[in-house]
Amino acid sequence: MSVPGQHISGKVAIVGVDESDRIGVVSDRSSIALHAEAARNALRDAGLKLADVDGLWTAGVRPTEVGEYLGVAPCYLDGTDVGGSSFVIHVAHAAAAIANGLCDVALITHGQSGRSKFGLPPRPSHSQYLSGQFEDPFGLPQPAGSYALACSRHMHEYGTTKEQLAEIAVSTRKWAMLNPKAMMREPITIDDVLQSRMICWPFNLLDCCLVTDAGGAVVLTNLERARDCRQPPIRVLGFGESFDHHMISQMPNLTAGPAQYSGRRAFEMAGVRHADLDVVQIYDSFTYTVLLTLEDLGFCARGEGGEFVSGGRTAPGGSFPLNTSGGGLSYTHPGMFGIFTVIEGVRQLRHEYVDQGFSDDREQPGRQVRDAKLGLVHGTGLVLSATGTLILGRD
Amino acid sequence: MAYDRPLPQPDPQTRPFWDSLKAHAMQLQRSKSTGAWVYYPRLLAPGDPEDELQWAPVTGRGTVYAFAIPHVHPTPAFRALAPYVVALIELEEGVRILSNLIDVEPTPAAVTIGMPVELVYDDVTEEITLPRFRPRSG
Repeated sequence: MSVPGQHISGKVAIVGVDESDRIGVVSDRSSIALHAEAARNALRDAGLKLADVDGLWTAGVRPTEVGEYLGVAPCYLDGTDVGGSSFVIHVAHAAAAIANGLCDVALITHGQSGRSKFGLPPRPSHSQYLSGQFEDPFGLPQPAGSYALACSRHMHEYGTTKEQLAEIAVSTRKWAMLNPKAMMREPITIDDVLQSRMICWPFNLLDCCLVTDAGGAVVLTNLERARDCRQPPIRVLGFGESFDHHMISQMPNLTAGPAQYSGRRAFEMAGVRHADLDVVQIYDSFTYTVLLTLEDLGFCARGEGGEFVSGGRTAPGGSFPLNTSGGGLSYTHPGMFGIFTVIEGVRQLRHEYVDQGFSDDREQPGRQVRDAKLGLVHGTGLVLSATGTLILGRD
Repeated sequence: MAYDRPLPQPDPQTRPFWDSLKAHAMQLQRSKSTGAWVYYPRLLAPGDPEDELQWAPVTGRGTVYAFAIPHVHPTPAFRALAPYVVALIELEEGVRILSNLIDVEPTPAAVTIGMPVELVYDDVTEEITLPRFRPRSG
């Protein structure tokens, strides 16, 4: 039996990644300007020109808006929009398009003035929509409330504690302290998380991602074109996507998400095992998102996520380097974080942080995961709804 | 004071549901061929567009499946109300419905997953009755 996608595994590479010039609080850039700035930077990083781009992917706005603003008219467009994981799924779709010769150079852009709120597209909400009829009247703040609901069930079924969830925030903050671009760089303790303002039980403020301004972009091409690029190619070895609901009330199982399916497909397509991975980026909209995703992806058994993240396992110096940028919890989160998981996953595999020390240095752990060759990047969109998983590798 | 929180606006497919609430006799749809209950109301049976859905009354009894307690909310009217309990209720019929748990302290200690609840018809306007739930003795 053939494995889905196996015939295009490794045939397309990520050759350019970057953020907008500044991220965090950027009070002089509109959302679409953040798209454009990140696109320019990622193309520079790749050593490619805008005119080379013949495939365009984006979410949050339409590809036509980004294409017009940039002044490029590609022959392949994809505006798949399933929340923050969209950009991870875009990498998979772009790899499929390039591997099949439908385009040569794919540009994926993101930009959100999530904090300063310049030129943010309106959030679709209406009292006649399904969510407007069956969710909004009951006052669940979105998206935090949906994740909080799901988390309460995990705590009930498995005895997961708020302290275990807080471990994720604390470990992620330690990575952010190593990232000059991160918004939050003060050390925090488990107690700080538990004492922070209650947002929506079981989440305190420090269980929740930031709200920032940021753009990000990714460029992919085939292996032939990649040879002429400035950066070493990072190959797309495996990918999977999945969803199992739109509204949280329809999620079949609050303690087992669609990542179990997208993850399995990605592993099978790449032909690798968990133990082969060197570094992992998992979309951290909330602490629970990480805990559930670790279980869904099979890094630990069902219900053991809390124990898995305890004792600083995922922090610098720990045995499982996770969210090495500081994640959506502490580095940046403009509303949709997916593209930044790809950017960090690629940078780790390029060994861009070698001059900042190695994470396994016991004395003073640094940001670079030593000899990182194989990485996993995972996005979760909407309310645990739609996931994309990538397995990336360097030659 | 007029009700100032978001209200549902029924559409042609969901109107019978909202009408049944207004009549204090909640009905949901179920599959003609399998008997499986469906929530939310829709035109076609999920998973089988050739199947038929029929309206039928429900018991209004269920249990708390999951819950959250908002302390903040972007909508001022909800913010003024916080904290309150939003719960996913599993009805005896097997479907889950998002609603509020009322007549209970809005603290994690006062709410238990699995606790038995019953439907309360909350006539928030002349047109709209919202389904809410309160604890019942098991």
